[in-house]
Amino acid sequence: MRFGDIAAIAQNTYKENLRDKILYNLVIFGLVMIGGSLLLSTLTIGERTKIIMDVGLASIELFGTLIAIFVGIGLVSKELEKRTIYTILCKPVSRSRFILGKYLGLVITLFVNVSIMGIGFFLILALIHVVPNFTIVAAVLLIFVQLLILTAFALLCSTFTTSTLSAMFTLSIYVIGHLTEDLKNLALRLSDVFSSTFSSTLLEVVYYVLPNFDYFNIKGEVVHGVSIDPATVGSILLYGLVYAAVLVALSCLIFERRDVK
Amino acid sequence: MQVVVQTENLRMEFSLGLGRGRMVALDDLTLQVESGEVFGVLGPNGSGKTTAMKVLTGLCAPTSGSAWVLGQPVGNVSVKNEIGFLPEHPYFYEYLTAEEFLRFYARLFRRGGLVLSKRVDELLELVGLTRQRRTRLQHFSKGMLQRIGIAQALINDPRLVLLDEPMSGLDPVGRREVRDIILQLRDQGKTVFFNSHILPDVEMICDRVAILMEGRLLAMGPVRELVGSISVRSVEVELESVSSTEIAVVERMAEKVVVMKNYLIAVLPDMASVDEILRLANVHGWRLRAMTPRRASLEEIFLQEVSKHHHEIR
Repeated sequence: MRFGDIAAIAQNTYKENLRDKILYNLVIFGLVMIGGSLLLSTLTIGERTKIIMDVGLASIELFGTLIAIFVGIGLVSKELEKRTIYTILCKPVSRSRFILGKYLGLVITLFVNVSIMGIGFFLILALIHVVPNFTIVAAVLLIFVQLLILTAFALLCSTFTTSTLSAMFTLSIYVIGHLTEDLKNLALRLSDVFSSTFSSTLLEVVYYVLPNFDYFNIKGEVVHGVSIDPATVGSILLYGLVYAAVLVALSCLIFERRDVK
Repeated sequence: MQVVVQTENLRMEFSLGLGRGRMVALDDLTLQVESGEVFGVLGPNGSGKTTAMKVLTGLCAPTSGSAWVLGQPVGNVSVKNEIGFLPEHPYFYEYLTAEEFLRFYARLFRRGGLVLSKRVDELLELVGLTRQRRTRLQHFSKGMLQRIGIAQALINDPRLVLLDEPMSGLDPVGRREVRDIILQLRDQGKTVFFNSHILPDVEMICDRVAILMEGRLLAMGPVRELVGSISVRSVEVELESVSSTEIAVVERMAEKVVVMKNYLIAVLPDMASVDEILRLANVHGWRLRAMTPRRASLEEIFLQEVSKHHHEIR
């Protein structure tokens, strides 16, 4: 099996992102925010490191998320709207390979951007004489894996709806993904209140189907200096990668059946 | 002759949205295109020309009926190695340079190295964009975009080239350039299937044409047969040595007379008036410079078919 076509589409997607002004603006804003954490930290007494770590990691997540959503939603829908896809799909490239190439292109873009912001963050830490330990590096890595899920979701939406709706859906998933623990708690309460188990079972199913972004959030541990063991990080990584893979597979499945009008 | 494109009772319906019914874009379309032909599809907007092309390139699956390209069912990935397609009003990756753009498409065929570089150079030469190879497509004119679009359709040296409205929006120079490229493709033995609104171009370069209207095939055949099936409409005669007093004689028989410096042009309505003019020319000593029968153009046939169709519907 050869991957020349997937690589070509991925490279083209990366090149497209690279030549897009929005991306630069987001990365620059991200770096400014990370740098700004130094200023913010001067407003506090004794909590300097915590503020820098908290603001730094939150900036990487926020701007990474914006890139994942705004670039991700256009991955397929922009190709359809601009009709550039016509010339690709009439070449010997299956639709699944096209989707894989597009996704891979955005993953590379995200990797480069998270790396740039991550390096900026580590440099700021170096300025205050903090050497990044395993937990700090893992926090950045987990943000990246969370972005992989979010991008895959944006890709999934863009295979069947418009850019605007995709943006709304993906943003909702981002918010809901951080609240799934509450869904589980609500399911427990409902089962206490009502005799029927239908609503609580339904909520439990929703809880397991939706991504749980709280797993990827280890900012608290980083800020408070609690170390996290590699096995836990590994299992969260595995969860994230499997979840993203399932979303990409679903995108391929939907796009294979779609007529290009 | 090998059949390159074949459709049988092709039907394509689109849903117009919930509760708004369905639209028929193609209705019982059956046609055949043979190897080495330049085949033109004519039709007004919304006649189903583009839909037919999307079915042939595998972008849309037909509601019913069948279509084959180069003996294989449409949509088959391996067939795509042998076809090239230029969509209507193409928007390309404008952030790429002409060279990067062609290299990207070549890589989709998993071609690389020297073969790829040679092919890219050849195509840039063919479409006259060698000097602009490092220019980004966002700086290209419409004609240049159309030409680079044709180049991408030819990147795999296809046996069948499908061009959707390749001349629309182009100025006369651009149209001639595209026309020349199509004729060059025919000389290379390729089959060209194209849609167009620009009838004189179709008339000039097509071997056979099909006229589509509301998704249905109204007429199909060699251009000469379609045009020749309608009798001579008028005959244009150029005469020399006609004195000013004799012009009135010519005017009595002609639909129109245009007097030039040394000669006159008379448009005669039928062959009987031609015979009469020739007789008078003998008597008065006029010299016959040229005689051109005027047949109906493809445009007139097209309009005639379309109005016939409207009439039948009513």
